[in-house]
Amino acid sequence: MSLFLTQLMNGIGNGAIYASLALALVLIYRTTGILNFAQGEMALYSTYLFWYFTDRGLPVIVAILLTVVLSFIGGAVIERVVIRPVEKSSPLVLVIVTIGMFLALNSIVQVQFGSDIKTNLPRAYPRHVWRPGDVQISTDTLVLVGVLILECLVLYLLFQHTKLGLAFRAVSSNPESSRLAGVPAGRMLMLGWALAAALGALAGCLIIPTLGLQASSMQSILVFSFAAAALGGFDSPVGAVVGGLIVGVAQSLTTQYIKSLSDIVLVVPFALILIVLMVRPQGLFGSRRVERV
Amino acid sequence: MTSRRQLQMIGLAASIVALVVLSVIPHLTSATDTQRWAQALYIGMAAMGLNILTGYNGQVSIGHGAFFGLGAYTTALLMHQHGWQFLPTLLVSAPLCFVVGVLIGFPALRVKGLYLALVTLGLAVLFPDLTKHYVHVTGGTNLVALNRTELEPPQWVPTWLSAIGRDDQWAYYVTFALTVVLVIATYLMVRSRFGRALIAVRDHEAAAETVGINAARIKVLAFGLSALYAGLAGSCSVLVDHLANADKVQTFQLSIKFLVAVVIGGAATVIGPLIGAGIVVGLQWFISEVLPRHLGSIGILKRTLGNPAASPAIFGILLILFVFVMPDGIVGGLRRFWARLMSGRSGAPPPTPAPLTT
Repeated sequence: MSLFLTQLMNGIGNGAIYASLALALVLIYRTTGILNFAQGEMALYSTYLFWYFTDRGLPVIVAILLTVVLSFIGGAVIERVVIRPVEKSSPLVLVIVTIGMFLALNSIVQVQFGSDIKTNLPRAYPRHVWRPGDVQISTDTLVLVGVLILECLVLYLLFQHTKLGLAFRAVSSNPESSRLAGVPAGRMLMLGWALAAALGALAGCLIIPTLGLQASSMQSILVFSFAAAALGGFDSPVGAVVGGLIVGVAQSLTTQYIKSLSDIVLVVPFALILIVLMVRPQGLFGSRRVERV
Repeated sequence: MTSRRQLQMIGLAASIVALVVLSVIPHLTSATDTQRWAQALYIGMAAMGLNILTGYNGQVSIGHGAFFGLGAYTTALLMHQHGWQFLPTLLVSAPLCFVVGVLIGFPALRVKGLYLALVTLGLAVLFPDLTKHYVHVTGGTNLVALNRTELEPPQWVPTWLSAIGRDDQWAYYVTFALTVVLVIATYLMVRSRFGRALIAVRDHEAAAETVGINAARIKVLAFGLSALYAGLAGSCSVLVDHLANADKVQTFQLSIKFLVAVVIGGAATVIGPLIGAGIVVGLQWFISEVLPRHLGSIGILKRTLGNPAASPAIFGILLILFVFVMPDGIVGGLRRFWARLMSGRSGAPPPTPAPLTT
């Protein structure tokens, strides 16, 4: 039982990371209607920045803040420069653009920062394991879950209780009408991308020190976050969080209990998605589209 | 002569020139270059298949590398472990990929748009794990490498198709012949009742059903057919590259290449994906082999652009720039260019779509 609870806690910790990235995916999907394949690599670039700052001797917290702020700006710039020109194109073109960004960012970090594994990333908090009863809970889990809760709180306050948030929601529900009503739609789209980039940066700075930083660090995390977002429904922030936690827990319990699947862990989240999407094609919390003929 | 008619004549002339050029290539270039051309052809075959699904039927897949891999493993294992000749293996791999494609097409009926893209991405990510789990030929890895004797062309093949020591020519001509067959098949298919149904379902599924099209059947068939094309491409790749390998990076990259070829060549055009595949392969060769050689003396350029790690960056950026300029691909872009040229000559204003809402 204690082993089960320990694995459950680990799963929730990983799930919190998937949830953060899935939240970023949802933000971008709701504003620009794009599935951002470059989300993981954007976070990767941010994490390399974080490594660069700490390597130059900046204190960890300062480095994280600086990285998040720079990523926020970077996300806005990406929206303005790369996405805006093809905003109205077919979804296929948008997929190609984000895949292009994926390839470009992944190789830019290798050219700019070297393709060796960076192992000397400092952690933002001391590593400690508590044992209430026989269950092990590490600081990782607590910090990751804490940060996730904080993110949700900030986003909730921003979207539900500020004028900016109202404008943002107006644009994501109907860009044309909100433009006519005088909402600066372009700036809201930039805000969506900026927030997504910042979320990814934070997730990267927190999780990568335990994994080691290299060009492929973010890819499997991104796949799990995709699974999380699909599970919860692409247009639902609540869904992203719940989906992330489900995927994280499913992953860690599979590795523990189903030995024959331990080298094909990915089967579980995708089997989950498939089952959920068969029953609810819009995801657990997604909203259904009504089609008229 | 109407502009449409002229366009058809130009298309026909270009096809004949392309046919002639492509059929003499192995006799003009080195074995390495022949292999590269053959790679462009098999990527083109898979892209044509994906185009049936994505271009004509509107279902985006980022997982066709898995079907490609399935075809490749089927052929490689039959040849390596059971001593089959290459051509008979196609009779197994093509139907197998079709059936697996149809089986995957069924759940895809419920899932649309980006969700489908994700589920197929899952396919690309899972397939390498599955092969690693079940394929054990070279101990521990899922690589199946074939030796020279296994790849030799059968006795009846005339020597000019496979000069001694040039088994690459046999591989090339098989791939080339299959490509031609698939181009003709695609051409006939998209002009048939089935092809029009594909497009109708893409443009408006509910409306298509009201005129009696069985949308579910069409979509599942499209999935199966596109998987069949990808599987044949995979089979050819065994002959061309002398191995079947499905590691994660490769399967994902192939899936992306197919999609990129479709989009930059021109989605929902018969020949577009082939042109797109040629561009993808040519561009990658240029970026990774030609470019670094000519950056010799310029220090900072050599350190950045000449770095092998930089070639995906150049490729990615060029890709983005390309879709900025030609969002409807090469074929679509050329058609627009031609239409403008024609309307300019006759003095009529270029047809601009009237904006309905702003």
